[in-house]
Amino acid sequence: MLRRTALAIALAFSATAGSTVASANDELLKLQKDPNQWVMANGNYASWRYSPLNQITRENVGQLRPAWQFSTGVLRGHEGGPLVIGDVMYIHTPFPNRVFALDLNNPGRVIWRYEPTQDPSVIGVMCCDTVNRGPAYADGKIILSQADTTLVALDAKTGKEVWKVKNGDPAKGETSTMSPLVVGDKVMVGISGGEFGVRAHVTAYNLKDGKLVWRAYSVGPDSDILFDPQKTTEMGKPVGANSSLKTWEGDEWKIGGGGTWGWISYDPELNLIYYGSGNPGTWNPSQRPGDNKWSMTIFARDANTGVARWVYQMTPHDEWDYDGVNEMILADNVEVGGQRVAKTLVHLDRNGFGYTLNRENGELLVAQKYDPVVNWASHVDMKTGRPQVVREFSTGSGGEDNNTQNICPAALGSKDQQPASYSPKTGMFYVPTNHVCMDYEPFRVSYTAGQPYVGATLSMYPPKGEDHMGNFIAWDAGKGKIVWSKPERFSVWSGALATAGDIVFYGTLEGYLKAVDVKDGKELFSYRTPSGIIGNVNTFTHKGKQYIGVLSGVGGWAGIGMAAGLGGDNEGLGAVGAYKALSDYTQLGGVLTVFALPN
Amino acid sequence: MKISLVSACVLAAALAGPARAANDAKDDYERPYHVEDGKVDQSVYNGYRRYGNSCLQCHGPDGLGSSYAPNLTESLKHMTHEQFSDTVINGRQNVTASQQNVMPSFGHVEDVVMYLDDIYAYLKARSDGVLGRGRPERMLKK
Repeated sequence: MLRRTALAIALAFSATAGSTVASANDELLKLQKDPNQWVMANGNYASWRYSPLNQITRENVGQLRPAWQFSTGVLRGHEGGPLVIGDVMYIHTPFPNRVFALDLNNPGRVIWRYEPTQDPSVIGVMCCDTVNRGPAYADGKIILSQADTTLVALDAKTGKEVWKVKNGDPAKGETSTMSPLVVGDKVMVGISGGEFGVRAHVTAYNLKDGKLVWRAYSVGPDSDILFDPQKTTEMGKPVGANSSLKTWEGDEWKIGGGGTWGWISYDPELNLIYYGSGNPGTWNPSQRPGDNKWSMTIFARDANTGVARWVYQMTPHDEWDYDGVNEMILADNVEVGGQRVAKTLVHLDRNGFGYTLNRENGELLVAQKYDPVVNWASHVDMKTGRPQVVREFSTGSGGEDNNTQNICPAALGSKDQQPASYSPKTGMFYVPTNHVCMDYEPFRVSYTAGQPYVGATLSMYPPKGEDHMGNFIAWDAGKGKIVWSKPERFSVWSGALATAGDIVFYGTLEGYLKAVDVKDGKELFSYRTPSGIIGNVNTFTHKGKQYIGVLSGVGGWAGIGMAAGLGGDNEGLGAVGAYKALSDYTQLGGVLTVFALPN
Repeated sequence: MKISLVSACVLAAALAGPARAANDAKDDYERPYHVEDGKVDQSVYNGYRRYGNSCLQCHGPDGLGSSYAPNLTESLKHMTHEQFSDTVINGRQNVTASQQNVMPSFGHVEDVVMYLDDIYAYLKARSDGVLGRGRPERMLKK
């Protein structure tokens, strides 16, 4: 353990000395620490979604009320959340990907609006609704990754286009939903399309002019995935040559997926970016023997060159669609086994395991279930890092056309992209989760460019004998234990926000914005917004007063199936009286709601 | 090239559907499913699977629709088999100021065109209320 600390310090020094952080965008490094603004999607580079603001507290949050609202005029699912830079709030919508700059001095007045012209045929190749998780801000620009993969930089003052570049090809099923991250003088952005047999990548573009700097694929030859066979490590060992190619048969890697549609985090001291990759090619595991590296993987890459420092594959040879794209939360001084670890990465994966790693070298420290119903694997072998798959729930072991039942979690994961919050004040992680299980039957499919490449049928339902499909939990990432768990009728599909007021905010699919006590999850506030919330909560001040902002507008993955209700007619759901279809609770419609305490 | 040839043939076959030889050919064409005691024939079963591959992402589990695509068990109450085939093969766009609904064209997708009648049979059985939700059970082969 001591040795680990020494190594960590040595690594930290060498990284700082060797990198060119000095050329980075210092503006953003400073702004991300200013609690009065909200300058990047997850609050700061470490993706904490935490605010030291403390005007709204455990004691007074019950008096919170809407200050003003704004309709986006778009019906589909509104993921992501507002940015606040100075006196201006920036919000966005799903396709057609409008962006509004709103004047906080004159609440809701539109300073400018931008709506790109996109071929609507892209809508048909977006897997799960036309969501978008919002733009990034840097250097006087708002950078938006449109559905059709156009990355566009807008002048933050006027909304005029500064530059535009095409990051992918929707004709091949490549689309975009993610929020880009600006690191130094580069914009980092990924690709969606795991259900269309794309081969995804993360690409860095020049912030100044949109010129491509580096591109790192998730699967393929070392030169494509930017791996150094000797220096890139997994579980402390060099990965060796062709680490991806040798885990695929034939040319299957060319349609190998590994979608990069989640969140990117950044550690300025190590100059490393962190993100995860999604499912490999088809959902039918029999069509792709091997570990299918580096799908379902956490990547740590040098921000300047894109070269991978370390990787960790959480779900080798996926058989359940457990994309590894969820946010990477960079927490410091987490206590693991009685020792403080200076720099950790905490990741609550779709596969139901909460991972804690040393983010300097990728050492695996903790891997524990964060929903007790998770059953596809008994545990993670801490020596090899591999999950111990339970044969009964392996969808590949029975081969094609064999239905595997009662797998937990379902394909949407114990948690999807909806980002958790980390409070450095309590040291706890506050996690929106899904509590859903599934039957999964793989079958053979053929690949056609730009068409769904799925190859499995699924049915999803709440865990047997239970009547709720979500929990909002507090997670101890050092111990790998649930501290408290608050049940919710539906999956919690909203990004959380913890504050120094000892409260955590999140939204529900019925449309409630809630605030709960950090210590026990007790509900202190709830307000019904006009539609279900799949957006992420933020906070900021304006003229010295603290506000809370959130987009409502149901849709996304949550809008599939939950619109009609999960589960079959004959599954005994009648006995579970509380369970009803989401459509009985909410309808579509994008609205921003800004909350404040009464004056 | 090969794929598009296959598709063309299947397409022709699909459009020439009424050439079936049964006495009540019309009825078989509009209700091409066999469901007994909740068990389904191979065609409906395959339709269920192909639906899962290519349609479920938008139209939701069991054909019941999502927040952005119609409930097909309702649509098929007033859509003919031919209109259904036409929509799947050619796609459909309904993009206005207030909604952006786009059904892609599946005319060149082997896994859809080859099994178009199976997908129809499955959805029609759901729409007619003779088949419940979830994974259907197969009839034993005779």
